[in-house]
Amino acid sequence: MLVPLEHVIALSAVIFGIGVVGAVTRRNLIVILMSIELMLNAVNLALVGFSRAWANPVGQVFVLMVITVAAAEVAVGLGIVLSLFRNRDSVDIEEVSLLKW
Amino acid sequence: MSTAALLFYLFAAMTIVASLGMVLNTRNTVASALSLVVAMISLGAIYVLLDAYLVAAIQIVVYAGAIVVLFLFVVMLLNLRMDVFPAARSRLPKLLGIAASGWGLWMFLRLLPGSLPAISPAPEGFGGFRALGTELFTRYVVPFEATSLLLLAAIVGAVILAKRRID
Amino acid sequence: MVDTAAGVAETSLLRWIPFLPLAAAAVHGVFLGLMRRPLPRRGTIFLSCGAVFASFLISLFAFAELLSPEGPRVRVDNLYTWIGAGKFSAEASFLLDPISAVMILVVTFVGFLIHVYSIGYMDDDHRDDTGFPRFFCYLNLFTFSMLMLVLGDNLLVMFLGWEGVGLCSYLLIGFWYSERWNAYCGMKAFVVTRIGDVGFLVGIFVLFWALADVGRPTVAFREIAAAFPQIADRVVTLPAWLGGAEWKLATLVGLCFFAGACGKSAQIPLYVWLPDAMAGPTPVSALIHAATMVTAGVYMVCRLSFLYAAAPGASAVIAWTGAITALFAATIAITQTDIKKVLAYSTVSQLGYMFLAAGCGGYAAALFHLATHAFFKALLFLGAGAVILAMHHEQDTDKMGGLARAIPRTRWAFLMGVIAICGLPPFSGFFSKDDVLLAAFGAHSIPGNRWLYGIGVATALLTSLYMFRLYFRTFHGATRIAPENFRRVHEPAETVRYPLYVLAVFAVLAGFAGLPQVYGDWLGIPDSNSLAHFLAPVLAGGLHEVGVSHGEELRLALLALGAAATGLFVAWWLYLRDPELPGRFMQAFHGVWRLLHEKYFVDQIYDTLIVRPTVWVADRVLFRSIDAGLIDGVAVNGTARAVQGLAARGFKYAHSGLTQSYLFLMILGTVAIVGWLLR
Repeated sequence: MLVPLEHVIALSAVIFGIGVVGAVTRRNLIVILMSIELMLNAVNLALVGFSRAWANPVGQVFVLMVITVAAAEVAVGLGIVLSLFRNRDSVDIEEVSLLKW
Repeated sequence: MSTAALLFYLFAAMTIVASLGMVLNTRNTVASALSLVVAMISLGAIYVLLDAYLVAAIQIVVYAGAIVVLFLFVVMLLNLRMDVFPAARSRLPKLLGIAASGWGLWMFLRLLPGSLPAISPAPEGFGGFRALGTELFTRYVVPFEATSLLLLAAIVGAVILAKRRID
Repeated sequence: MVDTAAGVAETSLLRWIPFLPLAAAAVHGVFLGLMRRPLPRRGTIFLSCGAVFASFLISLFAFAELLSPEGPRVRVDNLYTWIGAGKFSAEASFLLDPISAVMILVVTFVGFLIHVYSIGYMDDDHRDDTGFPRFFCYLNLFTFSMLMLVLGDNLLVMFLGWEGVGLCSYLLIGFWYSERWNAYCGMKAFVVTRIGDVGFLVGIFVLFWALADVGRPTVAFREIAAAFPQIADRVVTLPAWLGGAEWKLATLVGLCFFAGACGKSAQIPLYVWLPDAMAGPTPVSALIHAATMVTAGVYMVCRLSFLYAAAPGASAVIAWTGAITALFAATIAITQTDIKKVLAYSTVSQLGYMFLAAGCGGYAAALFHLATHAFFKALLFLGAGAVILAMHHEQDTDKMGGLARAIPRTRWAFLMGVIAICGLPPFSGFFSKDDVLLAAFGAHSIPGNRWLYGIGVATALLTSLYMFRLYFRTFHGATRIAPENFRRVHEPAETVRYPLYVLAVFAVLAGFAGLPQVYGDWLGIPDSNSLAHFLAPVLAGGLHEVGVSHGEELRLALLALGAAATGLFVAWWLYLRDPELPGRFMQAFHGVWRLLHEKYFVDQIYDTLIVRPTVWVADRVLFRSIDAGLIDGVAVNGTARAVQGLAARGFKYAHSGLTQSYLFLMILGTVAIVGWLLR
């Protein structure tokens, strides 16, 4: 393998962390969805890394599934964003905090 | 260090910078999306370096080419260029969240070395279309078909959600 | 101890003796309690009186079976194994031996007569629509409990009956509970006897513990008797918080059981409930507080005679307590004016006699006096009830006098009882009281037994004095009733009078069942003391031959007779010949009179020293601080308030509605779980 497995996993963790920060911190709904995509990508990287390390193609099959699901999720998610925008004229996530105490 | 390894670190850095750029850019949503594209592509490159050729291809085609494009469509449609929002209630949760994430990441990285099992050598044709295709259509054909159902559901859902209601 | 030469016979007859009254009470319970429709008068009478009468017939039959010379001396009716735990098992079973045979005869016979009497007495009861059937229900329940007590084969069944009679006593004393005072008296009886019951329980526990220690855990009387020699001399060291003293086991257990007897049988210091128990209807006083419940303690001591024979210390305590109580109560009785109060203190006094005999080893004498006392005291109480009915519920003798002309039949029956209790021959009291005094005289193992005898004689004098005082003030002399009221005084109904006549016959003649040998020799009857011979196989000490010659015995009898006669003479002088004299005595010795009339202020002392502090602690500490404050306030309500506060002030903020905080918390949670799993 090209680089030690630890480096691949470390990279995956960093990207995941960045994605988490983005999802939790930003108020723009679009950016939040993009951060989620980033997180999914980080996971994909880890899967590919392990797959390569142990010569097991299952990891890559899994990655294909993840990508598919991500695509579906984005489609529906953006549909929701559209509906939200039509009702509230804003994509601020703090506008949709109705289910509160 | 071989060239390939160097390339790996290069693309890794690019990924990190691009993702930071996406998350930290508060002024321009489109710029965020484009940063995401860069991140996706460099990840694709990393996949290639890790012998996952089919996955890399799919990554570029689907992620960079369809998903982010979809994002851009919506941004353009809704005309969301400026991220102008009213002032947040308090900065504390944000800072707390970042600090916690940073700490979690740091702990993870500290524990990482020495916790992974040994590497085995890769056979010929690993990660290629034939090998992966064989797996996909023999052992994992059921999940494969299930994802097509999932995509169908997503299509229907997205169409319904996005339909402009005629009131 | 038990003569099982002819073996033990199993039978299924005994269970019906207590269960028939129980069934009657249960039927009453169903009708009154569940269906809210009391049985009609006739139905109640047939059911309740019939049940007790049937019990009596079965008791008679069982007794007759015991008498046959070749039959077994002991019969057992084993229902089922009540508790089975390893090596220990307690059966729900009944035992018929000479002691319990005597007891069931007394209980069912006197009980039946009182049931009949109550038909007439409680018919007057228009205070409560359901009063009549409710009374009989409680009477039946009481009869059941008392029979369980005396028929029990082991301490647990006996204790069940013991508690049952306590409960029924409470129910019956406070029968007319709409008057607050009656309810209070019922409660007082229950609580005071309960205090004694603690001692009883402790006795059971210590006894069982000692038996289990030697590998023979049991509560059955016969088995305890058999195993008792192994543990009688064991030394028990009390724990430090009780003083750390060392006691012989037999003495310790004996005293514990006697504490229970003090409660139920109204000895010092737990007698205070009995005079106030007169608040209940007179049949209740007759049954419970003369003939049956209060005799439970005496029965218990005799049942455990093997224990007390091995515990001279405890026996001495019993004898002295009995004697002092007898004298104490008699001194109070001479100043009381309420008919029933005089009889109540008389009961306490006579119970003292029974314990005096038992403590001195004369268990047969104690049981003899128990039986005769049941007859004449029940007679006296029922007679008093007849007088009360005739006087339209007036109980104060200050307002009576000269009733002999108005209610002669009641007067003669009552007089029989009076003569019997005073111990004038040949009435039954003479023989039984003499037996008691003889036991005291001959009990050389008890320190100061001659003093005990002296106290007994003095009490006999006082007994005669107050009983004839009562009789004269009620029936003779100038009447203190207004003439127009006097015309209304009439004899009570037949159902009230006939039990009186029957009891009078027994009060006169019952003594001959235990005729001492000295008289038997005159009459040429060998083994004349049939009762003592009947009981001898099951009592410690057998026939308990007191080592006095016939001549001495006669001299002692004469002495007691003299005392009784003196009392009669004084009463005659004070209340018939010179009625002004008592008044002058009262004024001359006013202090003493007041002390006696106020019952030595014992009730007031108890109230100040014990009742008030206890009530204060119960109210302030236990109720307000602990129950309402701590348990209700802190534990229950406090927990609710804390949760409410936590939720309202803390947890609700978790529902912020902000997606991002939700997401953050989710990630935090996931990381935590994963981290913990991989730790």
